[in-house]
Amino acid sequence: MEILEKIKNRFKDKVEVFEKSKRRIYVSVSRENAKEVVGYLFKEMGARFSIATGIDIRDAVEILYHMAFDKNGIVVSVRTLVPKPELEMPTFTDIIPATNWIEREIHEMLGVNFIGHPNLDRLLLPDDWQEGEYPYRKKTFESEKENPLYNLPLTKGEMSEQSEDKGGYK
Amino acid sequence: MPKENIIPIGPFHPLLEEPEFFKFYVEGETVVDADVRIGYNHRGIEKLAESKTYEQDAFLVERICGICSTSHPFAFVQAAEDISGIQVPERAKYIRTIIGELERIHSHLLWVGLAGHFIGYNTVFMWAWKYREPVLDMFEAISGNRNHYGMFKVGGVRRDIKEKDIPGLLKAINDVEKFCSMITKAVLDDSVIHARTKGIGILKKQDAIDLCVVGPVARASGVDIDIRKDHPYAAYDKVSFDKIVMQDGDVFSKTAVRLLETIESVKIIRQCLKNLPTGPIDADIREIGTGEGIGQHEAPRGEVIHYVRSNGSNYPERHKIRAPSFMNVPSFKRTVIGQSISDAALITAAVDPCYCCTERMAVVDKGTNNVLMTGEDLVRLCQKKTEKIRGKRIS
Amino acid sequence: MANLFKWGLKRSPWVFHLAASACNNCDIEILDCLTPRHDVERFGIVLVGSPRHADVLLVSGIVNRQSIEKFKHVYEEVPKPKLVVAIGACASSANMFRDSYNFVKPVDEIIPVDVYVPGCPPKPEAIISGIIKALEKIC
Repeated sequence: MEILEKIKNRFKDKVEVFEKSKRRIYVSVSRENAKEVVGYLFKEMGARFSIATGIDIRDAVEILYHMAFDKNGIVVSVRTLVPKPELEMPTFTDIIPATNWIEREIHEMLGVNFIGHPNLDRLLLPDDWQEGEYPYRKKTFESEKENPLYNLPLTKGEMSEQSEDKGGYK
Repeated sequence: MPKENIIPIGPFHPLLEEPEFFKFYVEGETVVDADVRIGYNHRGIEKLAESKTYEQDAFLVERICGICSTSHPFAFVQAAEDISGIQVPERAKYIRTIIGELERIHSHLLWVGLAGHFIGYNTVFMWAWKYREPVLDMFEAISGNRNHYGMFKVGGVRRDIKEKDIPGLLKAINDVEKFCSMITKAVLDDSVIHARTKGIGILKKQDAIDLCVVGPVARASGVDIDIRKDHPYAAYDKVSFDKIVMQDGDVFSKTAVRLLETIESVKIIRQCLKNLPTGPIDADIREIGTGEGIGQHEAPRGEVIHYVRSNGSNYPERHKIRAPSFMNVPSFKRTVIGQSISDAALITAAVDPCYCCTERMAVVDKGTNNVLMTGEDLVRLCQKKTEKIRGKRIS
Repeated sequence: MANLFKWGLKRSPWVFHLAASACNNCDIEILDCLTPRHDVERFGIVLVGSPRHADVLLVSGIVNRQSIEKFKHVYEEVPKPKLVVAIGACASSANMFRDSYNFVKPVDEIIPVDVYVPGCPPKPEAIISGIIKALEKIC
């Protein structure tokens, strides 16, 4: 596939490319090279920036930049890890102005500092929200008993043990 | 006809004494800067979604917005199906398309009514909302509720369209089409509306590309994107319809794109109802595998994109939601600067932020930072300019 | 004098709509009451733009941390006698958002509520019936 080949040829060892399906490609890249890769997709290859997702994975924050290629019907997601506890990432607002708001949101929800961002004010949370408390971070629990998710009726992998009665809508 | 001074038909719910949502800084009559503060509707849905099962999640995301309520479950179930490549039955795909397009008609008619009120044509408001009712009746016939239909689930849809209902639905859609054609002609040919909306609030094509706007706002500026044609899903690759793209980027183009889209939606619904295949409506999914998936849908306001990551359990590990207004609202800053204050309400409405957002507007004097005008005053100013153009005396 | 107020209130209640952070569906159904199909103005029910002119307060949505102070402030501005009608499942009981980190308290722990109209969203007929029930309470 063209887009896959172009990315591989341009960046060679700096990226790891995984083609999940005909329309989904995932590219893993280090924090230092992320800006170059995303900038190349936006400017030279003409992709549209759709959104960025921030996920807390214990010892790092994973950020995915979803770029949509509307002419081919493909979405390329560029994955990068921002290590804790420093949590610093260069801003992309100088190459893609559309990333302004989403970087503010990831900053207030996960605590990532985007260096060079013009205005990292609060976007969604109320003004009197406590500093240092990040809603999207995962809580760690001492044991399974304390984790509220483990005390709910359906737990891991039990979906197939649901009763045959499917409720009112069938 | 109601007396004008009592009905501030309002998307004006001044929850705040000093509205803080859209702030326009003025010097004289010109807007020099604009600011927006959001967060009033923040309910923490992304975090809530991690403690609900996939089935419950489809109901939760419907309530993100009341107008485009079906776009979010549409994108969410596609994201969950993308994780392990679940195939949806054909009949379910057609029913999903019908619901999505009906919602587009209802949302655009709602917008036309509000825009008409802003310009000062209250009759347009009443007519547009009156002709929205048959569309809501069709929803009630198919799903049981006028809004928040609860039709989507991972693997298919929850309710079927009965064969005996189809002739009634076809007749209803014909009536809707008559009204849509009438209002399209009336609005697009009216000389006062031309004078009022042409050349106002222009968003240039390069700005539209840099800010990655989506939906009718992008198509009105010449950017040729439409998820239904570019990343086909559901039954959109099996029906024929046109992409509506205009070049000027002003408020008139945005209105025209939305009105012409309603007529395309009627075409799609008619084709789907006539060619509805037989078969099951549900793939009966037992488990969602591990992995990640992305789902997109062309909502009335633009592209909705959901990202879901699953760790094999019943609960999503991460559910990212991005509504189209997130990309479109920042563009209002570029369109409103340099324009006159009497157009500010109209330009903000043309971006079509989710309804609640247009209510909270304020005008601030750049020197002293005092609030000069509230949202209601801005709309009245907008209406007065129209009357001037019409040559009537201001009452 | 009090009887005169009550008589006036029953004949033509003026209604103010207060939206906390709602998804707007209830708000649209309230506006739908004005449109030609339901047309409540022929009964004298009028939607006003300021809480100072209102008799009946329609509340919709859940109250989040950003809006709680202003919410109380607007309630205090409505002159007596006043009635509060909670429209929709979110205003009645916080619906599915009660576990959210941004949620404070249900509406009836912040201001006293007279009538609850459940539904998601309730139909315009239900909203009109809720307003009438509230009026019967004091008249």
